[in-house]
Amino acid sequence: MKSKYDVLVIGGGPAGALAAKTAVEKGLSACIVEKRPAIGAPVRCAEGIGKEALQEFIEPDPRWISAEMTGATIVAPDGFVMQLSSQMAGSKVGYVLDRKFFDRELVWKAAEAGADVAVKSRAAVPIIENGVVKGAKVDFCGKVTNVRAEVVIAADGVESKFSKWCGIDTTVPVREIMSSVQYVMTGIEIDANSTVFYLGNEVAPEGYLWVFPKGKNTANVGIGISGRKSGAGHRAKDYLDAFVKKTFPHGRTIEYIPGGVSVCRPLECTVADGLIITGDAARVVDPLTGGGIYNAMYTGKLAAETAADCIGKGDVSKKALMVYDKTWRASKMGKAIERNYHIKEYLIKQPDTKLNEIIHSVSKINMTEFTTLNLVKEIIRVNPKLMLELGALAASLR
Amino acid sequence: MLKVHRDICGYCGCCVSVCPEGALELIDAYLSVEENCTSCGVCAKVCPLGALEVVNEKQV
Ligand SMILES: Cc1cc2nc3c(=O)[nH]c(=O)nc-3n(C[C@H](O)[C@H](O)[C@H](O)COP(=O)(O)OP(=O)(O)OC[C@H]3O[C@@H](n4cnc5c(N)ncnc54)[C@H](O)[C@@H]3O)c2cc1C
Ligand code: SF4
Ligand code: SF4
Repeated sequence: MKSKYDVLVIGGGPAGALAAKTAVEKGLSACIVEKRPAIGAPVRCAEGIGKEALQEFIEPDPRWISAEMTGATIVAPDGFVMQLSSQMAGSKVGYVLDRKFFDRELVWKAAEAGADVAVKSRAAVPIIENGVVKGAKVDFCGKVTNVRAEVVIAADGVESKFSKWCGIDTTVPVREIMSSVQYVMTGIEIDANSTVFYLGNEVAPEGYLWVFPKGKNTANVGIGISGRKSGAGHRAKDYLDAFVKKTFPHGRTIEYIPGGVSVCRPLECTVADGLIITGDAARVVDPLTGGGIYNAMYTGKLAAETAADCIGKGDVSKKALMVYDKTWRASKMGKAIERNYHIKEYLIKQPDTKLNEIIHSVSKINMTEFTTLNLVKEIIRVNPKLMLELGALAASLR
Repeated sequence: MLKVHRDICGYCGCCVSVCPEGALELIDAYLSVEENCTSCGVCAKVCPLGALEVVNEKQV
């Protein structure tokens, strides 16, 4: 690690890895500081990603893909099952990754491209001069080094502190944190090619429970519930244990993973003088699905492109970096977040009886393109009444 | 004050994201609580495992 870079990236997750790789490809010097001793571990993720979404950044490689999905299943509160499949029978719609290897591969690619990487190295305090972020004090095993940079890219995940230290309010509202637990389970009976989502207030209040296959008899079995529904005796872990006891009584848990996923709106502003905020740290997770891998990679890459541009022009002020903020908000990802936020707000207010009614209306959906938007569209098509209930939101779904 | 049950905590950072005071920090596998914690209990509510507890000073 040197004492000065064009770009200092805080966090070695998908956002940070893409940021560093893109920065060096643009001719900048860049360094990733990651506080954990190992990239990718422990995994805090159900590891699901759409096929096209993944391919936008990297060619799928069996070394870090656990399983290929050809469909999805939604289980209503009363147990009724809705099957979703691709129009082309048997075709892949998505992957369940092996993020221990996936995250490592992304950082590896950044290093191969020329980025420096420092693990067990924590950004402990920002360096701020005249209100401009100029780098960070990095703590490696108690030894603190000043690392200066033209632009700092905060990619420090859900537990992000860096932007907060720079004066930006990143607090997630209690009702909009998905309090989560996941077990990697083996020895269980599952459909190895389909993800399963369980809905309902008894199963997962204001959230959902998932079974994402990682092989023939192995899956990520997890749950996220709204923070406001969590408390002593009824935490995410309590709900998951009840489900596992009933559904997979003979399964063995080989990994135990707590976690938090924000399903709030993104930060009001994702740049400051000398600073760009990306991925989970910017709260750009899809509020409906809780998916954030793609969004992290997308914002990480865009942040580095913006940094390269602004450094080239000699202006890294908030005003100049605003291009980043504006671009992602106007992107397909930005629009999907805004739309899915409203859909989520609608859905969490519905009682189980209503969810049953909606899911009963269609037991099998064949989609040309496997997206949540197409799923919602299809559900509305068979439930025209929903159109009225959704009001203004409905227009954005056409 | 806030007590961290370190035997239960799975160092996930869920609590850090909701603390209105910015009083929590996850230092790899160690959750640290700063002086400015107001014992509001928000973090204890959302912890998926129940590793946090607001206790009064005498109980400590
Ligand atoms: C239970 C669960 C299930 C999920 N399932 C899915 C899913 O199926 N599909 C999906 O797309 N998304 C899913 N997500 C969300 C997904 O995991 C995140 O959106 C994604 O990891 C975000 O990437 P990131 O790079 O922004 O942050 P992260 O991957 O969290 O990386 C941030 C990194 O920054 C490091 N860091 C933090 N602070 C500092 C510091 N001060 N100094 C140095 N390093 C620091 C951290 O150690 C970490 O390695 C899930 C999340 C959870 C919790
Ligand atoms: S939410 Fe709970 S398990 Fe996660 S870091 Fe905080 S105290 Fe530990
Ligand atoms: S009790 Fe309140 S102030 Fe203290 S760490 Fe928890 S959320 Fe923050």
